[in-house]
Amino acid sequence: MTATDPAKAVSRPVPVPLDPSISPPGTRNFRDAGGIPADRWHADQNGETLVPTHCCFCGVQCGMYLRVDKGGKVFGVEPRNHDINRMRLCPKGINAYQQVNHPDRLTAPLMRRSRDEEFRECSWDEALDFTVSEIRRIQQAHGNDAFGLLGGASLFSEKTYLVGKFARVALKTKHVDYNGRLCMVSAAGANKLAFGIDRAGNPFSDILLSDCLLIAGSNVGECFPVMTQYLWGARDRGASLIVIDPRETAIARTADIHVALKPGTDSAFFNAVLHVVIAEGLTDEAYLAAHTTGWDAVKAIVQEYPPARSAEICGVPAAQIVQVARVFAGADKAMAWHARGIEHHSQGVENCLSVINLCVATGHIGKPGAGYGTITGQGNGQGGREHGQKSDLLPGGRSITNPEHRRQICAIWGIEESELPGAGTSMMEMVWQMQRREIRGLIGICNNPFVSLPNYAVVKDGYDTAEFHAQFDFFLSETAANAHVVFPVTTWAEDEGVMANAEARVVKHNKAQEPPAGVRTDTWVICELARRLGAGDHFDFPGSREVFEELRVASAGTVNDYYGITYERLDETGGIAWPCPTTEHPGTPRLFEDGRTYHPDGKIHMQVVEWHPPMDAYTEEFPLSLTTGRTVAHFLSGNQTRRLGALVEQTPRPWVEVHPSHGFRTGDPVRVVTRRGSEVFPALVTEAIRPDTVFIPYHWPVPTAANALTIDALDPRSKIPEYKVCAARIEAAERIDEVPAPPVPPGREAYPEAQVSRTDPLPPTSPQGRGTAERS
Amino acid sequence: MMGRTIFIDPGRCIGCQACVSACRECDSHRGKSMIHLDYTEPGMSVASLPTVCMHCEDPVAPCAEVCPADAILVTADGVVQQADTTRCIGCGNCVNACPFGVPKIDLQAKLQMKCNLCYDRTAYGLAPMCATVCPTGALFYGTLEELQAERPGVQVADSFVFGDVMVSTGVAMVVPADKVQWPVPGGLPVVEINGVDVR
Ligand code: SF4
Ligand code: SF4
Repeated sequence: MTATDPAKAVSRPVPVPLDPSISPPGTRNFRDAGGIPADRWHADQNGETLVPTHCCFCGVQCGMYLRVDKGGKVFGVEPRNHDINRMRLCPKGINAYQQVNHPDRLTAPLMRRSRDEEFRECSWDEALDFTVSEIRRIQQAHGNDAFGLLGGASLFSEKTYLVGKFARVALKTKHVDYNGRLCMVSAAGANKLAFGIDRAGNPFSDILLSDCLLIAGSNVGECFPVMTQYLWGARDRGASLIVIDPRETAIARTADIHVALKPGTDSAFFNAVLHVVIAEGLTDEAYLAAHTTGWDAVKAIVQEYPPARSAEICGVPAAQIVQVARVFAGADKAMAWHARGIEHHSQGVENCLSVINLCVATGHIGKPGAGYGTITGQGNGQGGREHGQKSDLLPGGRSITNPEHRRQICAIWGIEESELPGAGTSMMEMVWQMQRREIRGLIGICNNPFVSLPNYAVVKDGYDTAEFHAQFDFFLSETAANAHVVFPVTTWAEDEGVMANAEARVVKHNKAQEPPAGVRTDTWVICELARRLGAGDHFDFPGSREVFEELRVASAGTVNDYYGITYERLDETGGIAWPCPTTEHPGTPRLFEDGRTYHPDGKIHMQVVEWHPPMDAYTEEFPLSLTTGRTVAHFLSGNQTRRLGALVEQTPRPWVEVHPSHGFRTGDPVRVVTRRGSEVFPALVTEAIRPDTVFIPYHWPVPTAANALTIDALDPRSKIPEYKVCAARIEAAERIDEVPAPPVPPGREAYPEAQVSRTDPLPPTSPQGRGTAERS
Repeated sequence: MMGRTIFIDPGRCIGCQACVSACRECDSHRGKSMIHLDYTEPGMSVASLPTVCMHCEDPVAPCAEVCPADAILVTADGVVQQADTTRCIGCGNCVNACPFGVPKIDLQAKLQMKCNLCYDRTAYGLAPMCATVCPTGALFYGTLEELQAERPGVQVADSFVFGDVMVSTGVAMVVPADKVQWPVPGGLPVVEINGVDVR
């Protein structure tokens, strides 16, 4: 659907009758009946059209309309009565449209032959030819694997499929990975090990049917605000809420039990909870006997975690562990949702497995209102890894090391199996390889590692060492500013494609406006590079629709089966959860209802979990835990949201959250020191954090980057970095570091609105760092 | 309390400011938000609560009552409109009169602006922008019956006490169940006037 076709754009998808049992609270009848009355309030007398689409940011994937003016330009947003969010939006979603026609948009390729030169605008041909000649030069001299590709999980699934195919077929390199590696791969690994399928077990709507909700390491109110309606809806009907978080976040504030454990101790906590569950005879032995393997070993290991021992490790009262066990196991239907708080650890996979063990042992799995879920950070964090963008995966979640899987994909791609590279390394490992000159050239698509990877000094060194670096983006990110070539590509509103949200529900984004002159879709750029590399035959894709058709076929018969999902079906429904093997299949919102998992034996493979301390040891010099996270106004590396006036004003700068016991006053300059470096932030003194823990939101670049301080230790299985805990100390400082403005293209002024309060030395006024609402 | 109105439930607010951003997108005052978000215990807790125009019923709209230019219209169904731009002289009387601190003055334009319950939307059966997007239902638009159908047992109050003065409002607050229809304490206690302790 294009903005040039207003008749089509106005006619919204046929409303699907809603199942009242999954209707979230707060949805009044008049909304169900009408949503937005397109023919009445809707200002089409002014030529305005409403294009149904979804938010580009987090894994909730809220439905929204983009308002498009007579000239075909996006100029606003209108809430949409979509199944997922029922009109609700968070501030990021409301302001997202402002980036579409933002003055900082890149509108011509930027190029320089060395990092000593300034960028200059150039033609597409020149940028593409230079990139291709650099790829050839590096690969001829050092082998195909000397060139790497890093994708992103905010890309549509079609594009992530293309990234994986381009790396293996056009670049012929094994080195491809994506920034979902920094997001939820621990949960993915755990789910794969336990269930043979990598996705949440239940849809959001199941939360409403649950009697007990356990939220582990997820600041739902700020990171997935629109999901809060489901939590509050369950609470309206009496569900209890257990929150595991070192900070008293907005949802922890009203929880029945808030366990403020020490960062990095989650699996010790969950093992102890399971210990109590067993001791009190609250396990579901019938379920365990019929549907699981490995239970005896799990049972044996948790004997070593009596509440008293774990209480000591976690820094929480033993009585709280017992209470959590009784409430969770005693509930009729209980669910556990977790996010980066337990996943961003060198034991991230174990942490997730310990939660799964608890759900399975208590029989809270595979039922309406009972199960588990992981909350994806990026819009397509789920879909971004399903179709071969991850170093070890082929489309359909196939393993790149499995000969049968390799044969299947080579048949679809029309290449010899011998041509298909093996498994590559993870995102952080690729940076280390750049430092060691094993990888000498890199293309980055839709990621900003200069802000988002841990241990900035190492990341900068790795990228600086690379001989050639190209980046795709629509704003000049901190990482793109370091590149040799920057390709200006489309925003989500200028192309169509699908994303899979945290429920594994595939939704379709529609095109609302034509891209600005000079801007191309990522699909076009990838296919054009492939053509110039001589692999054009394999990349004959005019647009997303054609890629999606190949993706459907490539996923057919796998666990991640998309075959039955078509653009037409997505337009007609509120999205379809995979696996969906045929075009008549309704999709699979809830897993394991028949008690069978996706392992060949149909069983849940329970895994033994042992707790070990975080990688960065506490010493007298570094006695505190530094933990990091998000704020509601900003998204990931902030490349997008740090340019939008309203969001900058809401949360203009980072801060460090410290407990009053350290003797600081709010606003004092505080130096946070770790083994990687030190930076100064204004203090936000609050009782909502543990005395032994400090918190910094990570959306800003150096010199106010949390990730200049965090450690680049990885989980051995998922290779996720240990963002959520490192050893630190704090001390009084003299001044407060100024927050740098995001880079803008050469010859352009920074967008003045995004400058609001950037140098304001004061921390935000509330504990969670949201500034005052309005200055007027 | 008017029929279909906004209910504010501070217990649900996560302080996300979606309401503030959404209000800024509303067509009748695009670019400016008419919502305040307050933090009740900074440094202690993350508690926050939004304030919209309370659409006072008794005494009827103090802002409108004091307006020397007769610029603030109160509609038959109780909605207190923002000042009529053709009449408003930007004197700021309404700002001083409002017990909830709602109206704002655009000093350059010499115009008052305030929440008008999104009459451009509510007239068509849509909820106001803030209550539409609020991810938690801390702002709820509907009737008391609709609210109670969704949230069994919820109790509300629509009167506020400021010293000796009681103000009844069109917009209501969700209150603890044992405080039903108790007036909500409003404003700060007056402790000193012209240097004299009046406690
Ligand atoms: S960022 Fe997430 S919660 Fe906010 S509007 Fe977008 S999808 Fe919804
Ligand atoms: S949108 Fe709702 S939850 Fe968010 S700050 Fe406003 S009232 Fe609170």
